[in-house]
Amino acid sequence: MKFTVMVNEGPYQHQSADTALHFVRAALEKGHEIFRVFFYHDGVNNGTRIAVPPKDDRLIQQEWSNLAKEHDLDLVICIAAAQRRGLMDAAESKRQGLDADNIIEGFRISGLGQLIEGGIQSDRTVVFGD
Amino acid sequence: MSMLHIVNKSPFERNAMDSCLKHAREGDAILMIEDAAVGAVDGSTIAGDIKAALADKTVYVLGGDLAARGMSEDRIIDGIKVVDYAGFVDLTVENEKTQSWV
Repeated sequence: MKFTVMVNEGPYQHQSADTALHFVRAALEKGHEIFRVFFYHDGVNNGTRIAVPPKDDRLIQQEWSNLAKEHDLDLVICIAAAQRRGLMDAAESKRQGLDADNIIEGFRISGLGQLIEGGIQSDRTVVFGD
Repeated sequence: MSMLHIVNKSPFERNAMDSCLKHAREGDAILMIEDAAVGAVDGSTIAGDIKAALADKTVYVLGGDLAARGMSEDRIIDGIKVVDYAGFVDLTVENEKTQSWV
């Protein structure tokens, strides 16, 4: 079955970023397809590469990035939510005249239309977060 | 056409579980995850409402989230089923729609 997953909560906020990761892993293990993971609101913070948690803690952003690489996942960050929170890829940073970008490998920035398309193309849409 | 209702907030903190129980229909499934897992424990102020829901709905709790909050499975309401993440995925497949009560 084809899934789109929506993540509305940042990493280390409550638990939903972890739950979404576990859900996506379990779905992939069962042979389902993850059509897209869409990160909205504070969920966009799952896509920063400038995060350094204590050494004995999990690095949620890196786990998403690794999972994307392993399974060729489409991880999409909402552009409006990202701009508000200082999440930039190189192209967007340049367009805004900024001096840095901070998106982790495996994520891309796009619009809300990607969520709608995910909902249309997938058999199931599951929402995580606040 | 059944719906899977996913609740992730403690019923003693927010009214998501209460809203869910009022909207869920006969034959629907309710899954308690994250902080909502504490609602599965018997003897609380919400237990009566959940027992009433069990008459015509199925109720599940994510086992890992229950354990993470120090609740053992033998304390939960009779009739609530414990699932893992694989079981969570199966529930989203078995029910045609999912609704997250955030």
